[in-house]
Amino acid sequence: MLAHAIFFYFFSILAIFSALMVITSRSTVNSVFFLILDFISVGCLFIMVGAEFLGMILLIVYVGAVAVLFLFVVMMLNVAQQKQSWFVGQKSTHIPSGLIVSVLILLELLVVVGGWKYKENIMSSSNLVIDTSITNTHSIGSVMYTDYILYFQLSGVILLLSMVGAIILTYRKRENVKTQSYLKQISRDKASAVMLKDVEFNKGVKIDD
Amino acid sequence: MEYLNTLINEIYKIIFLVIPILVSVAMIVWLDRRVWGLVQKRRGPNVVGPFGLFQTLADALKYIFKEIIIPASANKTIFILAPIITMTLALVAWAVIPLSETLVLSDINVGILYLFAISSLGVYGIIMGGWASNSKYPFLGAIRSAAQMVSYEVSIGIIIINVLLCVGSLNLKDIVLAQKNLWYVIPLFPMFVVFFISALAETNRPPFDLPEAEAELVAGYQTEYSGMMYAMFWLGEYANILLMCAMGSILFLGGWLPPLDIYPFNIVPAPFWMIFKILFLFFLFAIIKAIVPRYRYDQLMRLGWKVFLPFSLIYVVLTASFLLYFDKLPKG
Repeated sequence: MLAHAIFFYFFSILAIFSALMVITSRSTVNSVFFLILDFISVGCLFIMVGAEFLGMILLIVYVGAVAVLFLFVVMMLNVAQQKQSWFVGQKSTHIPSGLIVSVLILLELLVVVGGWKYKENIMSSSNLVIDTSITNTHSIGSVMYTDYILYFQLSGVILLLSMVGAIILTYRKRENVKTQSYLKQISRDKASAVMLKDVEFNKGVKIDD
Repeated sequence: MEYLNTLINEIYKIIFLVIPILVSVAMIVWLDRRVWGLVQKRRGPNVVGPFGLFQTLADALKYIFKEIIIPASANKTIFILAPIITMTLALVAWAVIPLSETLVLSDINVGILYLFAISSLGVYGIIMGGWASNSKYPFLGAIRSAAQMVSYEVSIGIIIINVLLCVGSLNLKDIVLAQKNLWYVIPLFPMFVVFFISALAETNRPPFDLPEAEAELVAGYQTEYSGMMYAMFWLGEYANILLMCAMGSILFLGGWLPPLDIYPFNIVPAPFWMIFKILFLFFLFAIIKAIVPRYRYDQLMRLGWKVFLPFSLIYVVLTASFLLYFDKLPKG
């Protein structure tokens, strides 16, 4: 058990430390890197409690895809410019709205932690039977696709909606943009692409018209 | 004391896994250059050692003695971290690859997910190296590469779902043993082709080596790297290629299983079959490097999102309906 405890404390301290660094580090790119470290250490914690499927999915989805896009966006932004307006410039006007949001989140956290006190009641009210003889991938699947299929499908539809919404908001059709048509490129044949011309001396020939 | 014993035992096993991989990476670089040379009617490396076998070692020695230059405007920590991450991730993934039924370092339940997760982390080495160099060409190369790898991971993930539908387990050993009667390359042949092309794109091999397209981007994300740090990127890339070949042979070519379970085939020890299949896939990688011209970037993205993704999704539906109709779904 000793080795287990050492690893547990190692990963949890790493997770807390990197979560703190995400909000305190000055450079946005560094905070994204700490966010990635946080995801990885939380994934390791998942694996340590035996939820290897959740841990791996966390790594694949959050670290492999979501954080890459974060990094993409942050690297593209002009960070030097941001620094001036956000940290050095005039007094921030975001403080009141930020305060309201953080108070709300604090209240929600209190509710969640308070609800944990009545954990026993919550557990007994659900009709989940935990079968320890099968792997947790199987057990997640057997619950998710039977009892909770509606919620699972609904969350998928919500994700799809947000994707379609994002594309509609950002997509604009631009005029006068040259694009390649694959059909045209493939359907060119020798007769339309190559021709022989007798060139008159000192006159030249006009092609490409 | 007991912990210490297990620790030493594990470290011993890890060393005996990592050293053969590093040696085979060196040999595979030689093979790659040799095949490339033969296709172009050249000799390829043939001077150092018998058949030029020690060429890579000589190259590595040269890299070790070269000076490591760190650009003045680079982000030093991330710049040094990037090749280390690439190399480590490429080696770490080998922990779950089974060379035979017993010869595997760690036999975990979610082996294929672990492989997929590690290969999706591989993009960080490139994107960190490109950004930390603080220079235009590496940055452009890194951005291209990140977009490319994320796109092709999606189709690889869906191909893996195809195989998992037939197996019913995420364990690599189960995946191989499920192919005892029929290798999945036969019923899932279109998926094998798509997997192979996606693996080319995922490892930045020609014809998809746009991150380091030398005509446009000097050397892409590696431009500012020198000496041993460059060599680590390079070794990591080849270790990743080997890993993709191993993944392909486990998912489609029946891993360590012989092609037919009859006399001359089944006396060959299992690891040899695995190595033979990895080498066969790598030979295809090397040939393709020599004979196919580089893709344009928009063609690459179109191929990933508009061709491979819908195609493999349709194939998932096909496989699932076939298995359901003939009542062949694996019972877990």
